Amino acid sequence: MTTLRRVAVRLAWLVASLLLASLLIFAATNALPGDIAQIVLGTNASAGEADALREQLGLNRPFLARYGEWLLGALHFDFGTSYISGRAVAPLIASRFEVSFWLIAFGMLLAIVMAVPVGAYAAVRRRHADGAAVSALSQVGLAVPAFWAGIWLVIIFAVKLQWLPSGGYVSYWDSLGQWAVHLVLPVLSLAIVQASVISRYVRSSVIEVTGEDYFRTARAVGWSRSGALWRHGLRNIAISLLTVIGLQLATLLVGAIIIEQVFVLPGLGSLLLQAVGQRDLAVVQAVVLLLVWAVLLINFLVDVAYQVVDPRLRRTAEASA
Amino acid sequence: MRHTRRLVGLVVALMLTITAAACSRPDSQEEAGRVLNIGATAEPVGMDMITTSGAAIPFVLLYNVYETLVKLDADGNIRPLLASEWTDSADGTVYTFTLQPDAKFASGAPVDADAVVASFERARSDAATEQIRSQWDVVDTIEATDAHTVTVTLRTPSNRWLYDLTGSAGIISDPTATDLATTPAGSGPYQFASWEQGSHVELTANDAYWGTAARFDDVFFRFYSDSNAMTTAMLSSQLDIISNLPVPTAVDQFADTSRFTVYEGSSQGEVVLGFNQENKALSDLKVRQAINHAIDRQALMDSVWGGKGQLIGSMVPPTDPWFEDLSDTYAYDPEAARALLKEAGYEDGLSITLSVPTLPYGPTSGRFIVAQLAEVGITVKLEELEWARWLDLVYTKHDYDMTIVAHVEPRDMRAFATEGNYWNYDNEQFNELLRQADEGTVEDQTTKLKEAARVLADDAAADWLFLLPNIVIATTDISGIQANQVSMSFDLTTLAARN
Repeated sequence: MTTLRRVAVRLAWLVASLLLASLLIFAATNALPGDIAQIVLGTNASAGEADALREQLGLNRPFLARYGEWLLGALHFDFGTSYISGRAVAPLIASRFEVSFWLIAFGMLLAIVMAVPVGAYAAVRRRHADGAAVSALSQVGLAVPAFWAGIWLVIIFAVKLQWLPSGGYVSYWDSLGQWAVHLVLPVLSLAIVQASVISRYVRSSVIEVTGEDYFRTARAVGWSRSGALWRHGLRNIAISLLTVIGLQLATLLVGAIIIEQVFVLPGLGSLLLQAVGQRDLAVVQAVVLLLVWAVLLINFLVDVAYQVVDPRLRRTAEASA
Repeated sequence: MRHTRRLVGLVVALMLTITAAACSRPDSQEEAGRVLNIGATAEPVGMDMITTSGAAIPFVLLYNVYETLVKLDADGNIRPLLASEWTDSADGTVYTFTLQPDAKFASGAPVDADAVVASFERARSDAATEQIRSQWDVVDTIEATDAHTVTVTLRTPSNRWLYDLTGSAGIISDPTATDLATTPAGSGPYQFASWEQGSHVELTANDAYWGTAARFDDVFFRFYSDSNAMTTAMLSSQLDIISNLPVPTAVDQFADTSRFTVYEGSSQGEVVLGFNQENKALSDLKVRQAINHAIDRQALMDSVWGGKGQLIGSMVPPTDPWFEDLSDTYAYDPEAARALLKEAGYEDGLSITLSVPTLPYGPTSGRFIVAQLAEVGITVKLEELEWARWLDLVYTKHDYDMTIVAHVEPRDMRAFATEGNYWNYDNEQFNELLRQADEGTVEDQTTKLKEAARVLADDAAADWLFLLPNIVIATTDISGIQANQVSMSFDLTTLAARN
């Protein structure tokens, strides 16, 4: 099988998974207990009003008809209107997406920037006390939940030192400096935990690479340890690192939901929690769908990238075809 | 490889930028004038309080952006606002309001009789929520007698109606406004600037305000679904005011009097242990009395609400003129409770389910009550329901035995007279007293409502556990905070900054 065909098969699986996910999400949100009409109208509505609203929202129509219409809309990025506020869901999500995007992107970038040198150091110095200490520290980092790290960062940098805001978000259109300042602590809380995970992979990859023949050869012809690592080891490490990062991105999405709560960031995660509480199903469905699709898409891209980056995989695949 | 280096360089530069920016204090207020940041718990779901329900909209907009003809003062008295004066006919059915001649909307349009009539007609149209519309039920006609005079004729006299006019149902909106659902437009000292959903609502000073000018250039109402996040924001100087601290045990964090002032007043929120009177046991007065006797409300308030709040004994907060302390109607007396249960035929015990919403007071009060009722031989099964489930099962379907919920609307004793109320409470004597109170003189209103509150208490229609406190935290910089919450509004007009 050629790479192209393998990618095509994976693409077909992706489409099937996306569709199945949408069906499951729609079914699950419809099965949530609680009458939407009553929640929308609040505690002072009459039964007649609730009936009329149910009719108006189309909640009395058959399940499959509602699902089909919703899916078609979603494919055009039309997620209907919020049951609670009556506003369109798509622009709401777009404005919230910005916040989550920067949080996750910077969280991951910072995690990689911290993890690579730390992991490499821990590997190279693994027989020394400092290397073991770094390694143990990252083990501790693994055990710390992001929200706990967040709470401590808030206590130290916002409440005690008053250097940074404890939460909130300012758009970069309004003030670039304030935007950055408001992202520091949430990004740091996400990154600390992620860096611990990634640095352990970097450590074991580096240990593996330094035991390989090509590495010893490079050293034999006069490369320094770090030079050899930089020149020859990195590409090999990059492949496994890519997989880990892809997998971690999915957990980062979940971590971001909690961090948004801790830091009062108006992102997709806090939107989701708020919408679940209010039973604003149009919003819940849209956010969950986008999150699940994002995870599926990331996994797909990691898969494909794996195929492209690692020539060994490509060769094995071609040999077996 | 060069690419890799460049990428690493870029990332490092980005991080350095963020860190550099982070080294300055989070203070964007230097040149912008005085900014007020207020923390609140509930975010509005829309911006039009006539067409969208929820207490969070008037909390932000009432008296600040929108004004009413008459307004409640801090003591709960009705005072002139957009109406400089008003008269009512001898039989109490015809009200004539004279408007402030110089009042105008933020757009510059005059607040004239036509604008008032249009606003009132909108409030009683089909576009309005059932709750708003029902407050206009008693009104027959609304007329502009001249440019500055409005005459409202009622079908029957109603004290309640004039009171309702001080709230959401009575707001006067700008007739030239195009979309009140997204851009509120009124005649208040502040005007609506923006709403970042999930984050904040921003109001700015209305420079053309007809009355006393706004004392802040910008006001942000910032919304926190998590009370910890709100308290840390206050502690880290991001907020000037916490409009109502939802967890009273957090008060201790603001003990530093050089930085904070804590105001403890009364709210309108009665925490009610409600009985479903369709339930066979609970339809028996003796059983309801027994439960009232079995619960030590002071101990409950001390243990679940840090001792903050007030015991009231009926559905009336102390800020209403007809308040009477009825908390001793059924004082804590487990012996009396056991005797009453025996009389009712439950000496061998009784099993009841208590369905509570997962709100801060629900499960904690619930566990306390389970323990206390066990003492007198009532086995209580505690069921915790998420708010949406609670609304569905308890409030809508009446599928419960006992429940606990805070009723936060002002003057909501009438909820017990509403047809199909979720307690299934129906008492013709009580309903009649409410009718007489509404149609009589102001003095009649006070005496009849006092009587009605007593009927509820004697009838053990519910067990009023306690009244939620209104805890406001402000920096020492802010003056003019009203400790008691009397209206639905967080009224900015009394606030000022000391420097």
